[in-house]
Amino acid sequence: MSGRAAQARLAGVVLGTGALLGVALVLAASVGAGRASLWALFGPADEIERAILLDVRLPRVVLAAILGGALTVAGAVFQALLRNPLADPYVLGVSGGASIGGIVALLFGAGSATILGSLGVPAAAFAGALAALLLIERVATVGGRLSVYTLLLTGAIFNAFSAALIYFLQSIASLEELHGIVFYLMGRIPSYAASEIAVLGFAVVATVVALTAMARDYNALSLGEEGARQLGVDVERVKRRTFVLGSLLTALAVSVAGLVGFVGLVVPHVLRRLLGPDHRLLLPAAFLGGAAFLVLADLVARVLVAPSELPVGVVTALVGGPFFLYLLRGSTRDFTGR
Amino acid sequence: MTSPAASGPVVEARGLAFAFGARQVVTGVTLEVGAGEIVGLVGPNGSGKSTIVRVLSGVLPGYDGSARVAGREVRSISPRELARTLAVVPQEPTFGFAFTAIEIVLMGRHPHLGGLAFESERDIALAEQALVRCGAADLARRSIHELSAGERQRIVFARALAQEPRACLLDEPASFLDIRHQVELYDLVREIATEQHVAVLTVLHDLNLAAEYCDRIYLLRDGRIEAGGATADVLTYPNLKRVFDTDVYVDVNAVTGKLLVVPLPGRIQRRSDA
Repeated sequence: MSGRAAQARLAGVVLGTGALLGVALVLAASVGAGRASLWALFGPADEIERAILLDVRLPRVVLAAILGGALTVAGAVFQALLRNPLADPYVLGVSGGASIGGIVALLFGAGSATILGSLGVPAAAFAGALAALLLIERVATVGGRLSVYTLLLTGAIFNAFSAALIYFLQSIASLEELHGIVFYLMGRIPSYAASEIAVLGFAVVATVVALTAMARDYNALSLGEEGARQLGVDVERVKRRTFVLGSLLTALAVSVAGLVGFVGLVVPHVLRRLLGPDHRLLLPAAFLGGAAFLVLADLVARVLVAPSELPVGVVTALVGGPFFLYLLRGSTRDFTGR
Repeated sequence: MTSPAASGPVVEARGLAFAFGARQVVTGVTLEVGAGEIVGLVGPNGSGKSTIVRVLSGVLPGYDGSARVAGREVRSISPRELARTLAVVPQEPTFGFAFTAIEIVLMGRHPHLGGLAFESERDIALAEQALVRCGAADLARRSIHELSAGERQRIVFARALAQEPRACLLDEPASFLDIRHQVELYDLVREIATEQHVAVLTVLHDLNLAAEYCDRIYLLRDGRIEAGGATADVLTYPNLKRVFDTDVYVDVNAVTGKLLVVPLPGRIQRRSDA
């Protein structure tokens, strides 16, 4: 493949996954409880329709896109960091810290009636995630170097510890609180104001761009840490940045939406099958494709049991799990895309 | 042809020492490799050969003494700058994801490219030429995971060529190759060294390959250099007996005029002891 051909391929991939996201956004914004068509934005329409679209559906759909993109990119870079396609955004433990922070806020503090409003739980969850990030990075740094194996072990142990702590908190919670905790953990796309979504979107896109800048380093990293170092990659810097930035993406997503599973595992895996392992194509495609996936999953969550709705994490796991098994069984290739 | 003496050694160690924790694996090693030279590192398992290669390649910065590439101390050169000067062919390369052979070779251009850049037409031409030189042009589109160990080793060597290095470190690159591919690989190493004045330091287990292709040899034991010099002066019976602690038969290869080294079976060694 020539250099120009590679760039054309990148453009094709971005256009393709971008178009997919566009279709998903339009579809998801058009369907839902309450009649409101997208055309209401352009023509003379009644105020209720406009309000449903602009204040309820669009913010939620856009938020789902941002979170889906964040989780998928986090999954893809953790897979590159650990050289293991079975890694997901939650494997390194930051999600455990976020869950604990969020649940503590649910139980002991920021109720939705306070001034902090809906930001109370996410802010506490994000603080929990940052604390976990700092702790895990400290433990996994051995002799000034971030050890990937220690990182993986620390993450697994931290997740197990968090689970125990969450069970403990659940055991002392009242019945209503328990309901809130369970729904929080299952993952759902909340209602946010446009300004909040804009801030979140900016943070996520900036982080994704910083990670994508290391795409060629990730390619070299597939040759092992020494192999990458011998090709000129500053391996320690790439590992540390990837852990911190990937964890930030995960922390943002979990703080806002709880534990939405399988997005960060299945979507990078499918894209790697379709596009090959080159991270210069994979990461942009992961952002756009992951965004489209979560928008559609959230659409299903909203309409499947309407007028009630499912937690989106239930939909992603119900769809993602069997689909993942199908991919693994239905192919002569193994996990690594061989 | 550039004379090694005129430009100074490209790869150099002075009083080099390295320890993994409390275990000292390399002690007081002094060696040099000039442009266009093939220099062999020979010695028993665990004698420190691979550690020397790893120190020189920059992955073990905690060494004592001096390790220099192109006149600069290895631990003070950025990975990127070092990789523009020095290519490494490891003993057992690993491949995490299913890149194609040409993509692996193109990774050799990594240190020459800017942060986000895609490879230029020139980078791609260099990678394709490297594949052709290694007799692997037909493997270009194959997944690296589908290739045999010998084919992979040729791809990795092609990657080293695409890196356009001034020096190349080979850590037993021929250990998984059949005899034809061993010879082809080292013929290629000889060509690159001679034509492009690349300094080559290679770890070898096969003493006959060493005798055939190396200009000079360092014989290692327990992390120290036991003997160093022109190949014919180093691969002698007393040296090999002392370093490997086994008997060998050393003769002259009637076809090439180089040394011929054959390890002797234990029963013959016992008879000669008696």
